[in-house]
Parts: sequence; C-alpha cells; structure tokens
Amino acid sequence: MAIRRILIANRGEIAIRVIRTCKALGIETVLAASAADLESLPARLADRTVCIGPPRPADSYLKVDAIVQAALGVKADAIHPGYGFLSERTALARLCEEVGVIFIGPSSVQIEAVGDKLRARAEAELAGVPTAPGGAVDTVSEALAVGRKIGPPLLVKAVGGGGGRGMKRVDRLEDLPAAMDMAAAEAGAAFGDARVYLERFVTHGRHVEVQILGDGEGRVVHLGERDCSVQRRYQKLIEETPAPGLSVDFRARIHNAAVQFTERLSYRSAGTVEFLVDLERGVFYFLEMNARIQVEHPISEAVTGVDVVSEQIAIADGSGLRLRQEDVRARGCAVECRINAEDPARDFHPSPGTVRTAEWPSGDGVRVDTHIFSGARIPPFYDSLMAKIIVHAADRPAALKRMRHALAATRIEGVATNLAFHLDVMADPEFQAGGVDTSYLPRFLESRRLMQEARAHG
Amino acid sequence: MTLSAKDVADIMRLLEQSSFDNLSLEMNGVKLNLQRGSAVPVQQPTVPSAAAEPQAQPAHPVQRKVKSPTEPGLAEVASPLLGIFYRAPKPGEPPFVEVGSKVTEDTVVGIIEVMKLMNSVCAGVKGEVVEILAENEALVEFDEILLRVRPEA
Repeated sequence: MAIRRILIANRGEIAIRVIRTCKALGIETVLAASAADLESLPARLADRTVCIGPPRPADSYLKVDAIVQAALGVKADAIHPGYGFLSERTALARLCEEVGVIFIGPSSVQIEAVGDKLRARAEAELAGVPTAPGGAVDTVSEALAVGRKIGPPLLVKAVGGGGGRGMKRVDRLEDLPAAMDMAAAEAGAAFGDARVYLERFVTHGRHVEVQILGDGEGRVVHLGERDCSVQRRYQKLIEETPAPGLSVDFRARIHNAAVQFTERLSYRSAGTVEFLVDLERGVFYFLEMNARIQVEHPISEAVTGVDVVSEQIAIADGSGLRLRQEDVRARGCAVECRINAEDPARDFHPSPGTVRTAEWPSGDGVRVDTHIFSGARIPPFYDSLMAKIIVHAADRPAALKRMRHALAATRIEGVATNLAFHLDVMADPEFQAGGVDTSYLPRFLESRRLMQEARAHG
Repeated sequence: MTLSAKDVADIMRLLEQSSFDNLSLEMNGVKLNLQRGSAVPVQQPTVPSAAAEPQAQPAHPVQRKVKSPTEPGLAEVASPLLGIFYRAPKPGEPPFVEVGSKVTEDTVVGIIEVMKLMNSVCAGVKGEVVEILAENEALVEFDEILLRVRPEA
C-alpha cells in the first residue's frame, strides 16, 4: 500500500469516521484543523493535528492552498476531504493532481462534470437515465415556452446550486418571468453563475438515492438505495434503507440507472446519485450527483457490511474495486437520525455552546458517529450536526423500535437539540407506516406545533 | 460607511455614561477601541477577513509543545498562516534577523511560503529578538510562535 499517511481536511464526526478506518488499516492520520477545533475529539484522536487557520471556514477549512501545503508539509500521501467544505471543489482535486498528492475522491474532471447541474442533466440523458421534464432556459420567452409544455407547478433551479440551494417553486405561469429573474440574480450572487433551468415540480416526490463505488476505469458497483424523504427545507433529518414500499423491479431499475450514469463517467471513488421518485406517475427522475462520501453513508454500511471509507482509500491507492456486484448483499433495515444542536421550538435555530452532558446509546445494532462528549464545545462557525444515531435490525418495525430505545437512552444537556423531535417522528403512525414523501415533515411539524400550542393553552 | 469624528464623540459620550470601562466596536473593516480614562481613540483599519475573528475563547492548542520563554515579559511573533518558514530571503543569504537583532514593527523577520506564494512576516513590535523558535524550511502552523522579542519601552 502506497498510502501511509492521510491528511484529513475536515472536522467533526466525519473526521473521526475517517480516523477510525485509518487506524484499522494502520494508516497514520494528520488532522487539518482550524483554531476553533484544536481541542476537538478528532484532534485528540488523530496522530497529529496541524492548525491551518482561524475559526471561520473561509480562513481555514475552505483554503485550498493551506490544505495542500499542510499535506505537503507533513508528508501526507493523500487527502481525505470528508463531506462539505472542499470535498466537491474542483480546485482542491486539481491542485492535488498537479502536486502529486492523492485526492481520495473523484478526479477534478468528474467533479466538474457533475457539479454543473445542467451538465449533469445532459450526462444523465446521454446515459439513458430519466430526467424530470424541463431543460435549460436562457430567456424569459424560452422559459415560458418550456413552462407551457411541462405545465405548473415548476421549479426554477440554479445551475451552480445543489442540495436544495438556489431553487424557486412557481405555481402559476404568469409568475415565471419574475421568479426566473430573481433566481438568476440570486444564483449569480450566491454561486457566481446566473444560469438557471426549469424542471417539473413533483408534488408527491420521494428522495431516493443510490450509493455507488467506482474504480475510475468504468466499473461501478452499487450498495443499494437510501430513502431520505424526511427533510426540512431540503435538509435531511432521517434516512433509511431499503426505501419502504418500492417493488423489487423498481428498485433494480433505480440501482441500474445510478450505475449506468456513473459508469459512463468512469467515476472514481464513492458517490451518490440522487433521484426523485414521482409516486403519482410511478416513475423516477435523476436529480443530481454528490461526488463525495455522504453524511448518511453508515446505513448502507450497516446493511451491506461494506466499509465505504476503506473502499475509498483502496480505490485511491490503486487497488481498484475489491467488490463485485454479486458480493454485495443487503441484509435487514437500517435507519439514521441526525442529532443536531438546534432548537425545534425556535424554528430549528442553531444552538451552539458547551455540551454539559452527552450520553450516547450503545448495544446490538446501534452505532453512534459523533465527536461530542461531555464538556465538548460546539463552535458557532460550523454546521450543527452533533451525532448520527444509526440502528440496524432484521426488518423496519424492529429497526424503528431499536431507534426509539436508542433515542430514549440518549442524554444531552447544555445545548438545545432535536432529540425529542426524532422521538415524536418515530412514534408517528404515518412515519411508521413507511414511504412518506418530502411534504411529510413540514406537515408533521405544523401539526406538532398546533398540538403544543393547544396543550399550552389547555 | 465609516465612522465620522462626531460618531466617535457620540460613542465616547455613551461609554462615559455607561457602567462599562471599555468598548470595542468593529464595523466595515474599522476597529474602534475605547477605554475609560485613555486619551484619544484610534481608528485603525483592519483586514476584514482574518483579523475580524470573534475570539471570545481563545483556543489552547494542547498538542503544541512550545518552549517556555527564557525571561518574563517577552512579546511573541506568531505565524499569520500555515506554511513553510524561511529565515532568509534566499537560500545561502543571511537570515532576516538573528538573536540580538533590533526590530521595529515593520521589520521583516521571515517568509512563509504557501504553495509557492511568499508572504513576509513582520515583527509587529519594537525591541530585540531574544529567541527564534521556528526552524528554517520547516512547516509552521497558523498562530505558531516564530520568535520572541523583548519589547522596548
């Protein structure tokens, strides 16, 4: 193995996740941390920590030069970017390619190909993967023509957006010109790219994504799908695998679509192809591809037994794909709840601070990925993810039961969290029935709010 | 928008009437530090990015082994960024400073290279170099102490 030392260009639970696999493989880890994270748990677990800059992400975790200089300075063979931050920035992958540091992820060309949403859409069409009716629109008259053809409701999407950012819903065609102008202006300011495109808005859609691993030479295997329909403002809160209620045939088709799409790109490393499942029409559409490891990867690991980080490292190291599709077998059901330091009572407002007490669940079929311990500080500069509680059981009812016990055994004091919210969802009959769409969570939160108000007044 | 003399006077009056002893205000790259009893307030431009850090609780880098100072009261010159530290302008040339060198705020004490980009580091303090901690051509981290200076009164 050529990779002996890995620089981890990330923080929080994903940094620990990478360290854990590196320790198992006997690979040294160097954490590139900001000044706010020098006493974090990953900094204590890594073999070495280097301070790359001040707390603000723009001055540390987003500095391509500092990260690559740090890798060269500590003589790391490779960089693992985690998720978020620089993980899908072409600039980091490209600089790594230039200076000969291994980037544990796809090539810069592949990141570019899927990062531009319009180009990704075109790639999907070329691969024979269904996309939602719509397309690129340069002018308002073009937009109106496309809009009339598809029919409202419509989504105006930013080419440079993703993960729910840079989208506008349009219910009436007469609102389209104004929405398009606004979307283009916002996209220009936020992503430096004012291009927008139109897509049909699916009223009853489910978010289903497929985890893939590619060797970079055209061979791809998938690790099954994940249903991430429980979202609030496009932020995923609960994920599960398998996606409830999909037929064997439908699942096979969606898996194949992900493989077809990524094989055509000769995609390298771990990635996720996201689809929108249109329940009313019984079809699925390509949404976007995430060219990185994802937050919710552990549920795929739970049911398949595959260590995604370990495979990423092996592929980056030139060992290729060590799995054949027939080796991948999914067993049982896995569910993940994201525990965030945010207050559902205050519209999920972030609640940074010092965690006085943190007690996490354990036991059969329970996994907790976290960097939070009693006394840990949650700095205000970064996202609010505290932990991922992952359960695995023989079937969905057993997994949900296990999750309820795991959540009940969790105790966090000092900061507000969404723990109680998760317990409420687990106890909700509609969620228990399975197969909720993306409109579920806003509805659930509204009825929960009304109930709490009634209780307060009663 | 910047602070006018009248704004500063108004803010000073507010501080006078308050129960606080000092006030620090930062807006649009302008930093204003007021202290009860001190003479004239200084308006100094700040770098809007790095310098504007809210550092309520400074991090204590537990892992860094820093040589303790040889005498009390020394000023520390810390690295403004992560990179490779060079003591001289070019290989083979004499170092910018040695132990015993007199420096002023603007004296260049070293260069930090970040991916071929050279950044000069100034002493930021007037006095005499007492210790040099960072090694030539070694990786230095953000905020790592490069050298210590005995400030001149």
